[in-house]
This record gives sequence, structure tokens and C-alpha cells, in this order.
Amino acid sequence: MGLAIVLSLFVAPEDADQGVSQRIFYIHVPIALTAYFCFGLGAWKALLLLWRGSERYDLESYVAIHQGTIFGSLTLITGAIWAKASWGVWWTWSSNQLVLFLVLFLFYCAYFMLRFSLEEGPRRARSSAVYALFGVVLIPVSFLAIRLAEDFIHPTVFTREGPQMTATMFAAFCVTWAAVTLLAYVLYRVELVGKRLDADLRELREALR
Amino acid sequence: MTQGQYVAAAYGVVFVLVLVYVVIIAAKLARLQRQTTELLELVRAGSVTGRASEYAEPVRGAGTRGRG
Repeated sequence: MGLAIVLSLFVAPEDADQGVSQRIFYIHVPIALTAYFCFGLGAWKALLLLWRGSERYDLESYVAIHQGTIFGSLTLITGAIWAKASWGVWWTWSSNQLVLFLVLFLFYCAYFMLRFSLEEGPRRARSSAVYALFGVVLIPVSFLAIRLAEDFIHPTVFTREGPQMTATMFAAFCVTWAAVTLLAYVLYRVELVGKRLDADLRELREALR
Repeated sequence: MTQGQYVAAAYGVVFVLVLVYVVIIAAKLARLQRQTTELLELVRAGSVTGRASEYAEPVRGAGTRGRG
């Protein structure tokens, strides 16, 4: 992560168009991609739960979606700061990419409302899994919205001709992406271990009562 | 605010939020460790009898070897 920050802030050349504010790109885009990945992972685990019926996928799906909402909020915050620096506004409703990402984020925020409104058990696991699977439809829509709508406000960096940046910029982006993905993976594992330990302890307390 | 300050704010927000998340997880793990220790102390003190036997796996191979 340290290398990624050094590359992003000091090594990568300054963008001729946006100036120094373009450096937010190196943290904003990897975080957004990680958020998409976490939501996708949560949906995949939900599918496995419905398919195989193993309860462990419920917790894995929940933790992945929890990670997704954390990275989703970071995406919205860093995006708002970048928008203020580049466009002069914190938010614009005219950008489909922003609005669809917000919809995706709010959809998965509602996942927690559904989950915690039901009693613990197989019914809650199945309902949460079905909801998580519905949300996965929004991921490609949100991801591709900018290309489908030809939105000129939100910049498109990755086109069919490849990344529209220099090799150093692209290297900084890739290192940051790898670092953020690794961070997300570590946080996912740690949270999952904590949740499993919590469940095991509860069961143990029941057994000893 | 200058553009440099916006960049610092963006990276700072990420750092602070990840730090807060790590602190929350660490506090939770510390709580779990405390609960594990409490349970262990209860078991050692013998103050719990409960339904532990219901959860115990059946002992296999306990035969009558050596008798008679």
C-alpha cells in the first residue's frame, strides 16, 4: 500500500488536462472496482448458498457485501472530492455513472435492513441470498453505464484502444489496484474469522449452559 | 481549497476510514478473546455442567477388550 501511495502521489506524472487532482484517480477507481468485486462475490456466495445449501456461504456472502458497502462509501466520498476539485461540484445528478453507482450502493445498504429485520436461521439466509442475487444485475449496468450513455462528464479512461494514459500512470494504477484488492481480501478474511468465532462462541455458551 | 488539498483529503479520508474499520474489528476480536477466556475459566472452575455431553461426539472403539 505504501508503494502504491508513493507511485500515485510522487512518481506518476501530472495529468496535462486535470492537473494534480487527477491523482485521486489512482485511489478512486481501484476502490470502485473493488466495491464491484465485493458485491459480485457476495452475490456469487449467495448463489452457492441457494445451490448447495451450505450455511457457511451465508456468512461469506454477508461479509463480502459488508466489504462492498465500505468500499462503496469510500468510492462515493473520493468521487465527490474529485468532482469538487475537477468540476466544482460535489455531486451531479446528470452523470449516469454516479447515479447508478449510488443506486447500487443504496440497494446493498437495504440488504442489511432486510437481513437484520428477520430472525436468524435458514429463512433469513435464503431471503438475504435472493436479495443479494437481484443486486448483481445492477453491477454490469452501473459499470457499463458510462459507455452506454456516452456520458461526457465522467471521464472514460479504459477504451477499446486500451488505457488512455502513459505507461507510468498505468503502472501506478495497477499497483494501487493490486494493493486495494489485497487490503480488501485481508479485511474480508479477518472479518469472516471474527464472525465465525463469534458464532462458535455463542454455540459453545449454549452447550455449556 | 487548492487541488493539492483535495488530493490530500481524498487519500486522508480513505486512510482514516480504513483505520476506523480496523480499530472496530480489533475491538471486536478483543471482546471475543475476553469471552473465550471467561468460558475457559468457567469450564476450569467446573461451574458449568449443562448440555455439553449432547454436543460431544460419540466415543468409538470402546470395547470389552481385556475383560474376562
